[in-house]
Amino acid sequence: MSTEVEVTLRVDGTPHRLTVDVRTTLLDALRERLGNTSAKKGCDHGQCGACTVLLNGRRVNSCLALAVAHDGAEIVTAAGLALDGELHPMQRAFIRHDAFQCGYCTPGQIVSAVAMLAEAEAGWPSAVTMGEPAGVGSGGGDGPTVGTVTDDEVRERMSGNLCRCAAYANIVPAIQEVARR
Amino acid sequence: MRTFRYERSSSVSGAVALLAEAPHGAFLGGGTNLVDLMKLGVAQPDLLVDVRRLVSDRVEELPGGGVRIGAGTPNSECAAHPLVRQRYPMVSQALLSGASGQLRNLATTAGNLLQRTRCPYFQDITTACNKREPGTGCSAIEGHHRDLAILGTSPECVATHPSDLAVALAALDATVRTHGPGGERVISMTELHRLPGPEPQRDTVLQHGELITAIDLPPAPFATRSHFRKVRDRASYAFALVAVAAAIDLADGVVRDVRIALGGVAHKPWRAYRAEELLRGGPADEERFRQAAEAELADARPMPGNAFKVPLARNTLVATLLDLAGGPR
Ligand SMILES: Cc1cc2nc3c(=O)[nH]c(=O)nc-3n(C[C@H](O)[C@H](O)[C@H](O)COP(=O)(O)OP(=O)(O)OC[C@H]3O[C@@H](n4cnc5c(N)ncnc54)[C@H](O)[C@@H]3O)c2cc1C
Ligand code: SF4
Ligand code: FES
Ligand code: FES
Repeated sequence: MSTEVEVTLRVDGTPHRLTVDVRTTLLDALRERLGNTSAKKGCDHGQCGACTVLLNGRRVNSCLALAVAHDGAEIVTAAGLALDGELHPMQRAFIRHDAFQCGYCTPGQIVSAVAMLAEAEAGWPSAVTMGEPAGVGSGGGDGPTVGTVTDDEVRERMSGNLCRCAAYANIVPAIQEVARR
Repeated sequence: MRTFRYERSSSVSGAVALLAEAPHGAFLGGGTNLVDLMKLGVAQPDLLVDVRRLVSDRVEELPGGGVRIGAGTPNSECAAHPLVRQRYPMVSQALLSGASGQLRNLATTAGNLLQRTRCPYFQDITTACNKREPGTGCSAIEGHHRDLAILGTSPECVATHPSDLAVALAALDATVRTHGPGGERVISMTELHRLPGPEPQRDTVLQHGELITAIDLPPAPFATRSHFRKVRDRASYAFALVAVAAAIDLADGVVRDVRIALGGVAHKPWRAYRAEELLRGGPADEERFRQAAEAELADARPMPGNAFKVPLARNTLVATLLDLAGGPR
């Protein structure tokens, strides 16, 4: 027995209405039902970040989000970051810095990096900025200052995106190039 | 994954009533633990009542200096909230040391506290596990011990509770507000989670269908001097081997008051009452910190593969207290 449900999703700017099995994740809805294979299935258990998309503007693992629970949501994949055929600055930086090898983790890395910089800019702290004991070190209360995300900070904030080819050494500078703008 | 019915309700009592009629149903928060366990076949609910948008997703100030965290608040927003960062830095630190940026955006406060153990045998439906299937035995005791508990274990289960947030909240004497079939109640964070005893299938004291609506943090002026320190196998994105949440009130080198809880060592956040007692009124120095840590761990019963956790917990606690006291690292 299976239960079918109807959901509406706006994906990379295009509205879709579809009927899915209630068990369908956002990732499977995108890949198997809408033919949008930008987000990748790595682990399917929230551990690798290959499936990262923007859900109503926030980065999330689409493999653990049930489509039915996000009816009406606005989703942006890495493919949708390129507007009118122009690559997003983060996509260009990844190319310039050779920040991938096989490319399987790359769409997730790029979506995550774009959202991560927005989080840092909004003053959201990370384990690195909040790392010092309050009242002793300097980091207790404050988020990062805009434009000064350190490499450690980038690594910490991007730790949810694994790269089996270990292109990390080029991913960090690629993100930093965009962060410095 | 077994199929299920998916429901939402426009009221708390409606959501509670839906689950009251479904003994195999479950509430759904962000789904980052429940959906994972459903994929693994560990959880097989026949009804999901989605409460993510039903319960409050806001952090608010309470009269008297406390803070209320809505049960639906995403972990990321809670960690970033100025009231939490300024008044209870260790709560932000605990959240930020857990999972990843993506997961924290989906995960809710209540879901975080009610996430299930990461014991590898619990997650593997081909092995015996008393928590997953009562009465089948515990594969972990004869298995791989690295992630398992050293305090408060039972012959039936030696699992740890994985939540970092729960450790910080237990140290702060936070309270959990719930709405269940029998009405509303308030549960102390130190009593929400249970020790396994002969019933490891029960993680918490909650009844079936009891909804968490909010967490209240009491006023704790000295919690501005608090810290959450997590030791793990990777620098980031890993569960705790040992974690320490501590807040300290110091005056002229004397500990006026202190709150401590340990993570990664037990089936529940381990509030270190014995260490607190020993520290209160005493000198804020390394020797006393070490005595307190040793007293707290005196009852530890590690297994061969996790005996390292006893000195690790002791040293992490001493280092955290020294950091907070501003002493040498
Ligand atoms: C790869 C990975 C790494 C992780 N690392 C860490 C880590 O280092 N530290 C850490 O602490 N956590 C970690 N987590 C766990 C993560 O924090 C939890 O999965 C998350 O907090 C659960 O929140 P949720 O809202 O998604 O819960 P859900 O998965 O939706 O629900 C979890 C449980 O809570 C119940 N529930 C949900 N809301 C309510 C409510 N309002 N009232 C009553 N019951 C409710 C559900 O029925 C379910 O039983 C990790 C997870 C993953 C996948
Ligand atoms: S330790 Fe607990 S959760 Fe792990 S296998 Fe044993 S009974 Fe199951
Ligand atoms: S596929 Fe979603 S995190 Fe790996
Ligand atoms: S480029 Fe191959 S996994 Fe990252």
